[in-house]
Amino acid sequence: MSGTYLGMPAFPKAAHEAVGNQTLRGNLRHATHTIRGKRAKAVSEVSDWAELREAGKRIKDHTLRHLDRYLVQLEESVTAAGGTVHWAADADEANRIVTELVKETGESEVVKVKSMATQEIGLNEALEAEGIRAYETDLAELIVQLGKDRPSHILVPAIHRNRGEIRDIFEREMSEWGRPAPEGLTDTPAELAEAARLHLREKFLRAKVGVSGANFMVAETGTLVVVESEGNGRMCLTLPETLISVVGIEKIVPTWRDLEVFLQTLPRSSTAERMNPYTSMWTGTTDSETADGPRTFHLVLLDNGRTDTLADEVGRQALRCIRCSACLNVCPVYERAGGHAYGSVYPGPIGAILSPQLRGTGSEIDASLPYASSLCGACYEVCPVAIDIPEVLVHLRERVVEGGPVTREGNKVVLKPAKGHAAERAAMRAARWAFSHPGALRTGQRLASRTRRLHPRTLPGPGSAWSGTRDLPAVPAEPFRDWWQRTQGGKGGAK
Amino acid sequence: MNDRERILGRVRRALADVPHDDPPYEQAVSRDYLTEHGERGVEETVELLAENLADYRAIVHRCTAADLPATIAGMLTARGSKTVLAPPGLDPAWLAAAGAEQVADRAESTPHELDRVDSVVTACAVAVAETGTLVLDGGPDQGRRRVTLVPDHHICVVRVPDQVVSSVPQALTRLTPTRPLTWISGPSATSDIELDRVEGVHGPRTLEVVLVSD
Repeated sequence: MSGTYLGMPAFPKAAHEAVGNQTLRGNLRHATHTIRGKRAKAVSEVSDWAELREAGKRIKDHTLRHLDRYLVQLEESVTAAGGTVHWAADADEANRIVTELVKETGESEVVKVKSMATQEIGLNEALEAEGIRAYETDLAELIVQLGKDRPSHILVPAIHRNRGEIRDIFEREMSEWGRPAPEGLTDTPAELAEAARLHLREKFLRAKVGVSGANFMVAETGTLVVVESEGNGRMCLTLPETLISVVGIEKIVPTWRDLEVFLQTLPRSSTAERMNPYTSMWTGTTDSETADGPRTFHLVLLDNGRTDTLADEVGRQALRCIRCSACLNVCPVYERAGGHAYGSVYPGPIGAILSPQLRGTGSEIDASLPYASSLCGACYEVCPVAIDIPEVLVHLRERVVEGGPVTREGNKVVLKPAKGHAAERAAMRAARWAFSHPGALRTGQRLASRTRRLHPRTLPGPGSAWSGTRDLPAVPAEPFRDWWQRTQGGKGGAK
Repeated sequence: MNDRERILGRVRRALADVPHDDPPYEQAVSRDYLTEHGERGVEETVELLAENLADYRAIVHRCTAADLPATIAGMLTARGSKTVLAPPGLDPAWLAAAGAEQVADRAESTPHELDRVDSVVTACAVAVAETGTLVLDGGPDQGRRRVTLVPDHHICVVRVPDQVVSSVPQALTRLTPTRPLTWISGPSATSDIELDRVEGVHGPRTLEVVLVSD
């Protein structure tokens, strides 16, 4: 199956192939532009957006800075409510725990709510290897699963497919997995959605085990929250006897009240709605008299690189992410390259900073991801928890080029500079020297200004590829510091 | 060392830079945002709820308490429903005029049995005007989560104005976190195919809301 990320080419190569695909570019452009416009409108309805964004940022930052305390509190609350908490340091451990829990039920199939965490750990493949079939029930995830494909967007994973392609996948594949597609299926979205409804309903009604992630976990109460639109989430969270939720440790909020912030910012940022159609909240299990929902509830708390990310003081802000995907829809690079080029379940700007932190920058694709950006800043602008993605991108670029101390699997290690960045490294070193020697910088800048008429329009040698598609920035007639000295007379203390 | 100790140890080491006197939660979190958007009277808030519900393709009806049984009966007849499920604590008067056969939700009834039910009638815990949201908390007049999920037609009765709040922050203060909660904003919908919104995938394809005033 093509669903693996192993051996992915680095971003520039993968993106190069994607931008040559006319259908893909058309599908992506249509989708990102549509949702971008809708989101701006939904956000403009809320006059206190800036304050909500600031509150969301602060809640998440505070939680991350005291994550040990909140994790223990959450464990106590969930346990007190009748749930069982498991801890998984990495993907293998999480997969092993879930597989064993499913086996204990004696079942050989599970229904799944769309979940980034279970995709990140490759749970479906791990279950398959143990003879357990995992059915994706979100429409887009179903399209991806039936198409033996990979998701290309956080919110709408089949955004790269158009209706004609989806119809063909349903006709060809549905019978392999259960109820076949209806005769004479057309490509109207309503008919395709109906085909999915019929196909999946038989699975929902017989399912004994559900697997989900969660958008939020409340430490104070042990409440888990899943936000969705179709009702497949409600089906998986309500009908099975056993529910297993795999959730990243960064998804905690301290108090019940904190949900008031994120239930306002998440829907508007992701689907551009005032509120998504369905939100389910559950706290452990209810007792038998008022039994409502699964009788057994397991929560698997997933690390898998999150604590390593937390150890990076600049990069840890990526853990604020609430997976709304607004940054994907405004990104000029994502729009052209598509989600697959990022070689990770987290595509787009957030993926470009999250994946190299969760997985480390050891592989070619992970070392290339911090460069998968034009640093235009649109992602930071739309982020509902104010993650400064450009800042982290630059920070990670420096790490790739320069190497230095990082934390991997809980251990401090010193990273070697990546190969193939010698010219950049030399430039960085020269810049550092110049900035720490003000006299030399001043002389250099004046020299550059006075010789500006002699400067070439393209770079020679290896730089020619870069300047072949760009104009070199013009050198000003006078360095800024000279201008400042001349017009302000050095007031304010430029020395 | 087990994974719990391993993860907590890693978290603590990762946070070595955080000072011991880091501001506590109460000071660290700013709450300068609004608890309500805009200034409205009670009737305007109810009107906003009706507008936002309709905007997300719920069908909205308004009636008095005296007219409620006839209103519900009319909706079931118009839909052609032969069976209707009522949670155990629902006011029996609400369905007194209904011609459809009433089905009880029993703990042992299977999802397949629920799938054969035409309509379900419930109350709600609270409704949010600004977002057009109904919240069910599993109370006796709302039933278990599955009864409003499997049948294709859900009629939800909201007592106005006392069950209506303006905003999400106001709704959360009225709810008990430990109850099983379902927030519903319009019927089931998907935008997964070319971002074209289609109503009705897995949940009820038709949501009718009755705003009942005294």
